[in-house]
Amino acid sequence: MAETQQGDAFVEFERVQKSYDGETLVVKDLNLSMPKGEFLTMLGPSGSGKTTCLMMLAGFETATHGDIRLDGKSINDIPPHKRGIGMVFQNYALFPHMTIGENLAFPLEVRKMGKSERDEKVKRALDMVEMGAFGNRRPAQLSGGQQQRVALARALVFEPELVLMDEPLGALDKQLREKMQFEITHLAHNLGITTVYVTHDQTEALTMSDRVAVFDDGRIQQLAPPDELYEAPHNSFVAQFIGENNTLSGVVTQIDDDKCIVRLDSGEEIDAKPVNVSQVGERTTVSIRPERVETNKDRLSDDAHTLKAEVLEFIYMGDIFRTRLRVGNSEEFIVKTRNAPDQPRLRPGEQIEIGWLPEDCRALDA
Amino acid sequence: MLAADGTPLKESLGRALRRQKIRALALVAPLLLFVLLTFVIPIVSMLVRSVENQIVSDTLPGTVAALSSWDRQEGATPSEDVFQNLFFDMFNAAEAKEHTKLGTRLNYENTGLASLFRTSGRSMDDIGEVFQDAIEDADARFEDGAFWHEMMSGEGGDALVADRRARWENLTGEPMSGDIGYVPSQDIIVLLPETAAAYTDFAIWTAIEDNDVVAEEDPWEAVYAALAVDLRDPSRAAAIAEYSGAGADALQALTATEMPTLTFTDAFAEMDEDWLTPGVWQTVDVYSSNYTSGYFLNSVDRELTVDGVEARPENERLYIKLFGRTLWMSLIITSSCILLGYPVAWLLANLPVRTANVLMILVLLPFWTSLLVRTSAWKVLLQQQGVINELLVWLGFVDDANRLILMNNSTGTIIAMTHILLPFMILPLYSVMKTVPPTYLRAAKSLGATNWTAFWRVYFPQSVPGIGAGSILVFILAIGYYITPEIVGGTDGVFISNRIAYHISRSLNWGLAAALGTILLVLVLALYWVYDQIVGIDNVKLGG
Repeated sequence: MAETQQGDAFVEFERVQKSYDGETLVVKDLNLSMPKGEFLTMLGPSGSGKTTCLMMLAGFETATHGDIRLDGKSINDIPPHKRGIGMVFQNYALFPHMTIGENLAFPLEVRKMGKSERDEKVKRALDMVEMGAFGNRRPAQLSGGQQQRVALARALVFEPELVLMDEPLGALDKQLREKMQFEITHLAHNLGITTVYVTHDQTEALTMSDRVAVFDDGRIQQLAPPDELYEAPHNSFVAQFIGENNTLSGVVTQIDDDKCIVRLDSGEEIDAKPVNVSQVGERTTVSIRPERVETNKDRLSDDAHTLKAEVLEFIYMGDIFRTRLRVGNSEEFIVKTRNAPDQPRLRPGEQIEIGWLPEDCRALDA
Repeated sequence: MLAADGTPLKESLGRALRRQKIRALALVAPLLLFVLLTFVIPIVSMLVRSVENQIVSDTLPGTVAALSSWDRQEGATPSEDVFQNLFFDMFNAAEAKEHTKLGTRLNYENTGLASLFRTSGRSMDDIGEVFQDAIEDADARFEDGAFWHEMMSGEGGDALVADRRARWENLTGEPMSGDIGYVPSQDIIVLLPETAAAYTDFAIWTAIEDNDVVAEEDPWEAVYAALAVDLRDPSRAAAIAEYSGAGADALQALTATEMPTLTFTDAFAEMDEDWLTPGVWQTVDVYSSNYTSGYFLNSVDRELTVDGVEARPENERLYIKLFGRTLWMSLIITSSCILLGYPVAWLLANLPVRTANVLMILVLLPFWTSLLVRTSAWKVLLQQQGVINELLVWLGFVDDANRLILMNNSTGTIIAMTHILLPFMILPLYSVMKTVPPTYLRAAKSLGATNWTAFWRVYFPQSVPGIGAGSILVFILAIGYYITPEIVGGTDGVFISNRIAYHISRSLNWGLAAALGTILLVLVLALYWVYDQIVGIDNVKLGG
């Protein structure tokens, strides 16, 4: 269980549980604490409980058990419209019968703000997302990306301290999505807003967030900054879920503080860094990123263990080469190498030896 | 621009599109034909009845022509010429039994004319007999049908036969074609024009309607009357004296005899004094044109008089009030359907699918039950000794002596029709609400709106197209409703359609029924147009 206790926590989940049917828990014992100004992403496969957490925070679902606090105050009994949390919905939820300007003025109007002040703020919010010229259009007249910007502006126009985003870029094409990722992070950081972002797209999570909470089975599997998440996954679920990953299973035969030797099911032995294993004889899954696999034996230390491998497929991808190997019992072992002049282009059928630095290979739970 | 094969692009595009159009037309053709035959044509022919008025000029062609020189404003008794024409027209009409229809038609405009025409029609023979007796006394040969036939027959009178045949056709509305075994002689037509016309009428009727041989039948009384009329003209005596055709001597004998001096004016006056009142003739004259606005004027409580269009007397006004009530009550029914249907539709749209389907069956159940059964059920519920009153009395809310009158008045109609038309409101509302995603409400709340504001500012505007569709449906259905007001409406709760049905099936005043129906149709179309201008028909959604 990942927990970052900080004194100035702005958003806090404490032992939160949620069940819809009284039989199964969708969210199991959630503890989370976010400082002000952080951009936190909840990442996980569908059904992992991430959206439920967001909805509990927004007030559209009530926690079955536990406490949710905003700026130190419990918000369990505060209705959504009094929480003052901005929210961007998956399909934007722009009101189709109002113009863009009216959409933006809506949260200000219900807060009984005067007309001149309202117009001022609407204009500023639209300019902020570079949509200043579209105030009189209807949502249906805008493209997906433009609607997305407007939805963002609407969630920000009443200056909330916390903004929630529920897969806001899901409906956009790849190029636009990348552009918007960049814009959203910039906006959030410039305005200093605390953001909770829900997505199932790991690239999005890695590129945008200060910290990522990886959800599975109603629990946070790991809560860490993107680089730590990628390079030091706590368990095999996180390792699998974030980025591409090769796994081999085996038994620990020798273990030190920061190094262990694992005998694979095929009988060969390799070096690994113990993460979730503690004693000899334990079954483990070792995880190694494709780009950390070394095919050139000369670059490895002399005492490093190596594995025999057969090249099954070689794919030229421009900036990188992607090679599929048979290693041990696995036929899906991927190696990514940079397209450099000295890099050999392997042929299917070729027999090679591969190895890695012990710290790049992590022995996780079986 | 040219297409690949060298033909102009427009032309080849047109050809390609035409094929598509023909295909589309062929697909809808069966339904189009069905609708045309069973719906459009009958409706149009019914609507035409609202202005059609040939009956007066068809039944009394001669009289209408003679009346043209009569000044209806002055209000004097018409000339002898008018009465003489009336006699011959009425005689034929009475033979064909068409005079009562005319009486019924004119009775709509002037009460009492139905019985006047009916009784007078019976007496036509009596008037003719006066002349028949005198002529037969003067020369017994006039008793013989064969003698008449010989005297009247000849050559060159085909035009007269065709003319009289057309009159019969107009009168009876049937084709009077076929050989009649008689052609009037041109000489006789010149000599005795009235007689020739009357005998030709007799010949056509005898040969075609009675299927008898003209030569073997004795002419009817009108022929004798016509002969007497011809003989009255003093200039005729000289011509008859010079005449040498068949029966010339008999005719010459008649000129020597004294004929009855009875005028047709006196004959009609003796039958019924009313024939001398100008009012009767004014009605005939005003309604003598082939097309009339009379039915429409009647539909809006006006009438056509000698002095132009005037309001009907206070106690005869009915239709404007009835139209007003129909519109007003339809409006009330539509509003109560919105009030009752909106929450139900909202509930249906927001419940889980399984529960919603069960509830939907409850909404549709009355839909699948016969309208008559549902209305009758309301009768059981609403009557003074009915379920609702019994319950209220038992609960002590209502005193036994002062039971609520829920039926046979407008309350009954409104209650029953609201229930019956409710599904037509709920279904379009439901299908529109189904398309409004719940995220809109959530978005509004997250932006700071209370439940009510979120509903009123965000949800409600998006459900307006459903309200529009439901309202149009309910209002248009209500405005033409018949069965329910008929059963539970009493006298206070009936609609204009009940009056239309009354005129169609009981009073048989189809012209008025058609006029009322046309006004109703125009009213609905006008309201539809107004609605389109205000709300926009594009905004109406039945779902999707």
